[in-house]
Amino acid sequence: MRQTVSKLKEFLQIEAVKQAVGRAAKRLAGRNRASGGLQAVFQKELADNFSNVRFTIIFSLIAVAGISAAFAAAQNIREAAGGSGAEFVFLRLFTVSGGSLPSFVSFVSFLGPLIGLAIGFDAINGEHNKGTLSRVLAQPIYRDDVINGKFLAGLAVLSLAIFTLGLIVAGLGLFFTGVPPTTEEVVRLLMYLAVTVIYVGFWLSLSLLFSLLFRQATTSALAGIAVWLFFVIFAGMLVGIVADNLFPVTDQSTADQVLRHVRVKQGLARLSPTVLYDEVTVTLLNPGVRTLGPVMIQQVSGAIPGSLPVGQSLLLIWPQVTSLIAATLIIFALAYYFFMRQEIRAG
Amino acid sequence: MREDAILIETKNLTKRYGKITAVAQLNLAVRRGEIFGLLGPNGAGKTTTILMILGLTEPTEGTVLVGGCDPTRNPLGVKRIVGYLPDNVGFYTDLTGRENLTYTASLNRIPGDVAKKRIGHLLQQVGLEKVADRKVREYSRGMRQRLGIADALIKNPRAVILDEPTLGIDPEGVQELLALIVRLSREEGLTVLISSHLLHQVQQICDRVGIFVNGRMIAQGPISTLGRQIAAGKPQEIELRAEPNNASLLATLQTLDGVLNVERQGETVLVRCRGPEDLRPQIARHLIQTGFSLFHLRARGQDLDYIYRKYFQGGGASAPDGL
Repeated sequence: MRQTVSKLKEFLQIEAVKQAVGRAAKRLAGRNRASGGLQAVFQKELADNFSNVRFTIIFSLIAVAGISAAFAAAQNIREAAGGSGAEFVFLRLFTVSGGSLPSFVSFVSFLGPLIGLAIGFDAINGEHNKGTLSRVLAQPIYRDDVINGKFLAGLAVLSLAIFTLGLIVAGLGLFFTGVPPTTEEVVRLLMYLAVTVIYVGFWLSLSLLFSLLFRQATTSALAGIAVWLFFVIFAGMLVGIVADNLFPVTDQSTADQVLRHVRVKQGLARLSPTVLYDEVTVTLLNPGVRTLGPVMIQQVSGAIPGSLPVGQSLLLIWPQVTSLIAATLIIFALAYYFFMRQEIRAG
Repeated sequence: MREDAILIETKNLTKRYGKITAVAQLNLAVRRGEIFGLLGPNGAGKTTTILMILGLTEPTEGTVLVGGCDPTRNPLGVKRIVGYLPDNVGFYTDLTGRENLTYTASLNRIPGDVAKKRIGHLLQQVGLEKVADRKVREYSRGMRQRLGIADALIKNPRAVILDEPTLGIDPEGVQELLALIVRLSREEGLTVLISSHLLHQVQQICDRVGIFVNGRMIAQGPISTLGRQIAAGKPQEIELRAEPNNASLLATLQTLDGVLNVERQGETVLVRCRGPEDLRPQIARHLIQTGFSLFHLRARGQDLDYIYRKYFQGGGASAPDGL
């Protein structure tokens, strides 16, 4: 009974979201009739992004890394699959690291942000330095059409790139392993790719923000790379140090103290979008993952190992997904704010 | 109907950046169909004024009206009727000239076939039809400026604002560009607001000019009356050259009514008069009657050279005294 109620609630929420999106789309369309700038900017930026050399370079790098990772995984998949049952072989293609190569998902998690950064880092300051921004803004379009168009075009291009890459790897996997994916696996894979789009979208909005805050394209690129390195490499170490100092754990520590230490560490780590994204990835692509927090031995004892259905996995990572979306939107809102207030001067 | 003849009007327009006042109490009126020159040294506040007219910057005080639209309230209304060539205009260098114009046309929601025709026509008018399909990267500075003018005209505007259009172009190119602006203005009945710090280059095509120094308009009107406006109330200086150039020349000039003193400056003789009336006719008549031959006679402070030297050379940092 309770399940049905919660399901109903979920459904209603989804309906509410749908309605809100519909209303927003209508409003957007209504405004489009007034200016049409968004569409023009979107089309121009889309064409630009596809012919963008930087984007092509980064995407090729990720494609090569991802495909070779999946290829290596396919070689090892027999023994990997033999170890823990033959379930979800297809998804292992993405998560298993083969030989000396890391897995496909870790490559995407590590390099994916670079796609976002490559698209966005000179979006505004580049136009500013070229002297095109004042010319474009002197046309009868709303000022926010420019930044919205750029963001949406970037999002469209990176969605296309990510889905293409994911589906290429899936196809290759099918070819090499000969194991057809189940419906559930396909659903999980598509969800994973969708969350990846949001994650890379976060980096896109961050680089847009930097392209507004810094006048030089090189500065904004370096700032983006610095943040990327911080979250991908240093944030984890830093969180460990902070947690160790706040709640030191020794051999004599009680279970309570250890638990507090772990909770603080995890809580701090979750401030990083990379950590959130990795948690989502693990849960979506490993149906066996049942919890992301600390687990006591007593809690595990007697549990029957098994996998979660898609809905339950999604429920587990829902906070992470919403946080990622929120982070992306907050950063974009900041960029929007700065753009609307920016002084427009050529040269 | 009288008011209708004014297309761009500012009232007490002021812009402050913190403590610095970029534009102070500017009252400007540009009439329909005229070429108005906004002339002033670098940093005088010309670009700031233009940005406020276009609604790209908000004024601190005062109002702007462009064809009845307030750019702060209704920037789109203004941008629909005003074309703008920014200072240091830039284009997407990896697109061709034609593609750049097509993008601007799409931002103006001009339907494809109309845009195509208009772009072809404009490219021909600015003389770029041969290079229209080359990447803008290969364009010279002068070509970019001409492309910028075509770009400003795509929306079929009632007025165009050109910010420093002659900057960085060779003298021949400047003449061509100015001729183009005049032709377009006359043929299409276009109102043109042109800003420049190159007084001599631009004043020749302007119906009226405003001299803009340190955020203030110090004189406004047709070129011919400007010098008089600026020199008003100050002793007049007349320079002349006459033969025989000897001591009796100075002595005879000294005897004239209204002359304060006479001074020799190399070849020329400088006569300071009490003003405000112009003594040149009396001087000429007197010199000829007394047997001198007159070679040169010019009133200082009434022409643009004087204005130029006073405000434009040396960065124009000196405050306009007594004005």
